Amino acid sequence: MAESVRHYDVLVVGAGPAGLAAARAAAAHGVRVGIVDAQPRAGGQVWRHDVAHGAPPMARRALDILGAGQVEWLAQTQVTMAQSGWLLADSPAGARELHYGSLVLATGARELLLPFPGWTLPGVTGAGGAQALAKQGWPLAGRRVVVAGSGPLLLASAATLRRHGARVLGIHEQASRRALAGFALRLPRWPSKALQAAALQVQLAGIGYHAGSVVVGAYGDTQLREIEIEGPRGRHHIACDQLAVGYGLVPNTELAELLGCRLERSGAHPQVAVDALLRSSVANVFAAGEALGIGGRDSALVEGAIAGCMAAGGTDAAQALQSRRRQVRAFATELQRTFALDPRVHALAQDDTLICRCEDVPLRALRGFTDPRDAKLASRCGMGACQGRICGTALAELGLGDAERSTDGGRRPPLFPVRLAALADSFTDDSQGIHP
Amino acid sequence: MSSRVCLSVNATPVHVPEGATVAVAIALAGGAFRTSRGGEPRAPLCGMGVCFECRVRIDGIAQLRACMTPAREGMQVRTDG
Repeated sequence: MAESVRHYDVLVVGAGPAGLAAARAAAAHGVRVGIVDAQPRAGGQVWRHDVAHGAPPMARRALDILGAGQVEWLAQTQVTMAQSGWLLADSPAGARELHYGSLVLATGARELLLPFPGWTLPGVTGAGGAQALAKQGWPLAGRRVVVAGSGPLLLASAATLRRHGARVLGIHEQASRRALAGFALRLPRWPSKALQAAALQVQLAGIGYHAGSVVVGAYGDTQLREIEIEGPRGRHHIACDQLAVGYGLVPNTELAELLGCRLERSGAHPQVAVDALLRSSVANVFAAGEALGIGGRDSALVEGAIAGCMAAGGTDAAQALQSRRRQVRAFATELQRTFALDPRVHALAQDDTLICRCEDVPLRALRGFTDPRDAKLASRCGMGACQGRICGTALAELGLGDAERSTDGGRRPPLFPVRLAALADSFTDDSQGIHP
Repeated sequence: MSSRVCLSVNATPVHVPEGATVAVAIALAGGAFRTSRGGEPRAPLCGMGVCFECRVRIDGIAQLRACMTPAREGMQVRTDG
């Protein structure tokens, strides 16, 4: 299985804006680069390929790098384990050993999905989730959709859903009108962002945007039929076919944790700790983009370039990008301030609301435990297929579990469920000098 | 009009656009993606391979994420175990 063992000077994990920028920057230094992603197409979430509309124009240029000779692109390749100097990954072609001189973690973010009564009903998805499904070709024509939660992603999601034929009934943002007004006043400091907001406003013409408005319940038997909203003027119900609700993003730090990289906290959630040149606490391991804390596409692009240069030994080029990085990160800080979660969002789950969707564990079963690990052992919360990615993050956000000791804490391999055959492939191959 | 792919969901043929995922085929076929431990129907939540609510059996291999699997001609998808 020699073809399943690959060697790179620089290996990039994640093919979103940060990973693509890292691959481009590293390749410009003349080194051999590999870039992997678990998804079938490159672009990450923000540049996800749209079955009906293709890739966004800005992404097309970034994606060019995958056709360049020095960059090898491995799609549908999921990293499952970390060894010294190489990663084990699973792909449709079987297990792959990916050896590297330097590693760039561009693992991106996932959506913050918080439990509320009815959130397990088919028809309830994340806001980014709905956008991702729309781009996959999810049937939306004529469907009544409500977009809710928090952050600028709601606007982008609503625009995508509308473009795919959905009837977007409204956007419900939990942040107060006052917080949003302050943000609007400061927005001209970032002219490109102000332009982006203006363009979205045009795309969303006619769709109501409601501040201080939270989804408190979803109802239906086997499919969502209506939701209940709590806004500044009380509660009301809206009949709809789909609810796209997400409360922002959280960094994917599992691989960094498995590699032993130091993590730091931003609010309730961990992010990869790095120095100004994006070096993690582990030698030859760099990180960029959302894994360092939610900063959006612009942060990802500049950080990817810094990390890619550093991984290929180009310190000067990385230094030259420092001021640009400070500028784009300042906007991210502004977003965090504006869209900070209202405490009532943390109190939506009731005693019988399922927290762990894999193992059907209600909030009631988790009360009374001081140690999240005890709660996990007693209830199976976090022991299902998602490995605590949804419930562990939610519990950390709700203040019911320390992120480091929560249901997804203390990361152990494999990073994702993997077939025994895939593990057997790699660990029974004596010719590679690897023994179980 | 882009070309279309035909696959089967629980033995019923479904047509999806080229490049669509298995999740789209299941949505078009109607019905749940999986049944939870407590017997509830479930469907995709995250759309990006994190939540595993869309896991199904594809060509005999269980526990595959439908939202990350491109639909291919002749694929056999089962949502009932």
